[in-house]
Amino acid sequence: MRYSVIALSVAAALAISAALAQPVHAPAPPTSGTPNPPILIQHGHIYSLGAAGTLADGDVLIENGKIAAVGSSLPAPPGATVINAQGKPVTPGLMASYTQLGIEEIEEVAETNDSRADQDIDAAAFDVTDAINPNSTLIPIARIAGVTRALTAPVMGSGVFYGQAAVIHLGQGPDLVVKHAAGVLVSLGPIGENRERVRRPDTWAKFRETMDDAREYWAQRARYHQPGGARDQRSNRIDLDALGPVIQGQEPLIVHAERASDIREAVAYGQAQKIRMIILGGQEAWMVTKELAEAHVPVIIDAELNLPDYFADIGATLKNATRLDAAGVTVLFMPQSDDPSQYARTLAQIAGNAVANGMPWDHALAAITRNPAQAWGIADSYGTLDPGKDADVVIWDGDPLNLSAPTSVFIKGIDMPLVSRQTLLRDRYRDLKRKYPPFSYR
Amino acid sequence: MDSNNSLPAWGAAAIVIVTLVLAWAIWPSAHKSSANETNVADQFPNDQFPSTYKPLPSHTTLIRNATILTGTDREIAGGAVLLQEGKIVAVGTNIAAPDGATIIDGTGKFVTPGIIDIHSHVGVYPAPGSQASDDGNEATKPTTPEVRSENSVWPQDPGFTRALAGGVTTLEILPGSANLIGGRSVVLKNVTAPTTQAMKFPGAPYDLKMACGENPKRVYGEKGGPQTLMGDVAGYRMAFQKAVDYRAKWRAYWKAKKAGKEVDAPDRDIGLETLALVLDRQIPVQMHCYRSDQMATMIDVSKEFGFRIAAFHHAVEAYKIADLLRRNNICAVMWADWWGFKLEAYDAIPEGIALVDAAGACVMIHSDSDTGIQRLNQEVAVAMLAGRRIGLNIPRAHAVAWMTRNPAQALGILDKTGTLEKGKMADVVVWDGDPFSVYTHAEKVFIDGALTYDRDDPARSPRSDFELGQLPGENRTGGAGQ
Repeated sequence: MRYSVIALSVAAALAISAALAQPVHAPAPPTSGTPNPPILIQHGHIYSLGAAGTLADGDVLIENGKIAAVGSSLPAPPGATVINAQGKPVTPGLMASYTQLGIEEIEEVAETNDSRADQDIDAAAFDVTDAINPNSTLIPIARIAGVTRALTAPVMGSGVFYGQAAVIHLGQGPDLVVKHAAGVLVSLGPIGENRERVRRPDTWAKFRETMDDAREYWAQRARYHQPGGARDQRSNRIDLDALGPVIQGQEPLIVHAERASDIREAVAYGQAQKIRMIILGGQEAWMVTKELAEAHVPVIIDAELNLPDYFADIGATLKNATRLDAAGVTVLFMPQSDDPSQYARTLAQIAGNAVANGMPWDHALAAITRNPAQAWGIADSYGTLDPGKDADVVIWDGDPLNLSAPTSVFIKGIDMPLVSRQTLLRDRYRDLKRKYPPFSYR
Repeated sequence: MDSNNSLPAWGAAAIVIVTLVLAWAIWPSAHKSSANETNVADQFPNDQFPSTYKPLPSHTTLIRNATILTGTDREIAGGAVLLQEGKIVAVGTNIAAPDGATIIDGTGKFVTPGIIDIHSHVGVYPAPGSQASDDGNEATKPTTPEVRSENSVWPQDPGFTRALAGGVTTLEILPGSANLIGGRSVVLKNVTAPTTQAMKFPGAPYDLKMACGENPKRVYGEKGGPQTLMGDVAGYRMAFQKAVDYRAKWRAYWKAKKAGKEVDAPDRDIGLETLALVLDRQIPVQMHCYRSDQMATMIDVSKEFGFRIAAFHHAVEAYKIADLLRRNNICAVMWADWWGFKLEAYDAIPEGIALVDAAGACVMIHSDSDTGIQRLNQEVAVAMLAGRRIGLNIPRAHAVAWMTRNPAQALGILDKTGTLEKGKMADVVVWDGDPFSVYTHAEKVFIDGALTYDRDDPARSPRSDFELGQLPGENRTGGAGQ
């Protein structure tokens, strides 16, 4: 927790400089629509996480934005750009399974923060895809750390339901959405800033009522849309519409819960109602491994948490990821949870810390690539270096889970410039000589 | 007191003692009456909550065959460190083991000074967080020099033991940043104890926590101000002018008294007393300040009143004015890669620490977080690698000072700890590998030569009272309740 900030996070109207709204000066990305030549990455240490396995000296061929081949000594097609990876690690682009990327620029500047629903009860219809800003400066900052995909999700508001998440890519805009309605977020434990006024039985009563309403509504939805078809559910129509894919088992319910008893109760509900479920937070999930594994419920965690932030996570431990993984529970990592968007670049470090505490290295890498691809339903196009998938490929300057940095990041086959607002600030002030021209002209 | 020993009669001695006790009780008029009466530090008592810290028992310990990062820009391959009676007595390569010494084979291991976190709220914003223990900000008015973080510290915060498992041996606990002047901070040894006094770093100076920028405006903007940055600055200046006046009143009183005049002592104000000590440079300022313009303004304010800013904390824009900081001998306290959570943090860059260091200014890492404090070695690594990637030459022997020597310097305790040098407190971490890797753990932590944490030995892994009996079977984890 960043105490001095959290303690002060009283909402305040703060006028924001108009300069913020202006686009930053950055090199133009490759022109959209131009056919890109094939790219052959040679002599990489390839961690494909797919059919090709791991190749100590391998190649990846990218054509038309897709991975065309993974193997050894691949021939370069005519006109191909050839990159010699010189034995460096090559992995799929990473995916952060919980962020507010694209919907939050500066957490405490309200005008730039679209991540929180302002509704009293339920906000299942609160849809982040209405707010995604492809020009957010956070996106290049995450991208140049090797993060190429993210779940962007609403944060806890004042109701039980937070809203709907989406999967985005962090490549060339303007359309970043990969999957709309990737999950509906709900809190089933007293967590976060509302914890002191939420009572578990109240939460569950509201949650069950809304879900019951949704089932009843969807059973007779056509009738309600007839002229004069009055509806008798208390919940808002738009929320009930949003919950349709959830009660039909198509879209996961992302349940924010930390305490073991909360997780256990949520999993049981999901099983009984045949709902797909993903646990978010899950600091005591290691006590519920049997139920989570049997129900095939993945868990999104920050592997650096080991303190009881609240009474709901007394059992927080650095062994959480290891224990879940060993029990066969699918682990998904989020970046540092106090600001998973600004700190999206900590994603690989989080995975590395899980390894430091016992998780097998390849499982930790899967928790930021292949596992999220499957959990978020985009495994057909992302998550491994297999032919036919989008070419999200990263070449690293060292062990990707040990504080390394990319030397190249490809997203959907485009070689993204390793430039962000921060690299531009760095370059401007690198030479501190107070000379002409002044910094603002450099 | 020595002259009193020559008094022959017990009765006379008793009278003297009673007089001294009374003199203390009616402070400050009689306290050290022979002192220079214009010297505030000699007149105002400064240690109302004295340290009762006692080092834990220690064995003579020789760590050898390890890679030693001394904190003085030195890396010793196959090196050895000898700890005896709580002190470092030798650092080198061939050190003979004294009789009966515990010998630690450091093959494949690294040894560094204990980590010092200059900016922590462990204990004052403890885990678990709740309103009942939300004790870091006396957010009732914008200047509260009268409060002290040591009076808020809950020693049973599990955050202390977690930080210990991360190699932290010393931490400065600051009041929060709601207030322009937030109160005194306290420096603690990271030992477990039922009282805060038993953790207090003996001889460490107090600091005054002050805050620039958004936070005081946010808290007080609708409550009488300050509402603007100019209001912030006016607030500091008005507070210090009051302290100047307060000091003048006391100086006049001391002078009159010395001249034998019958005068009444001015009313005592414990907040202004602290500020008077700040004016007389007995208490340095630790200044929460993000932006380059705000730091430059505060340097001017410090010159106007003559106080000393030891360091700017959260100084995310220090890289823009590293030359100014160097010239004014003020350290920058920075994160490796935190940024953007609020507007004044928007211009932080990962190369910030390395750039400030390269400009010759004093720079260090800090956590401001009970999770970050557990991985300051990783944070230093992130900053070091970011610097190397833009071509700066930063040996790990140099980077280690960002979490050891430099915070010791900014806290005024470099003569006692912060480096592995003969005669210093034996605050030492043995790492199971290169500390600048995510895979490396602090394996053993010594504080004043005592083994206070051993990752491989549950019996040497302290847990706070709070954590006892919380989970069935206590099957929490590894060391220190992790």
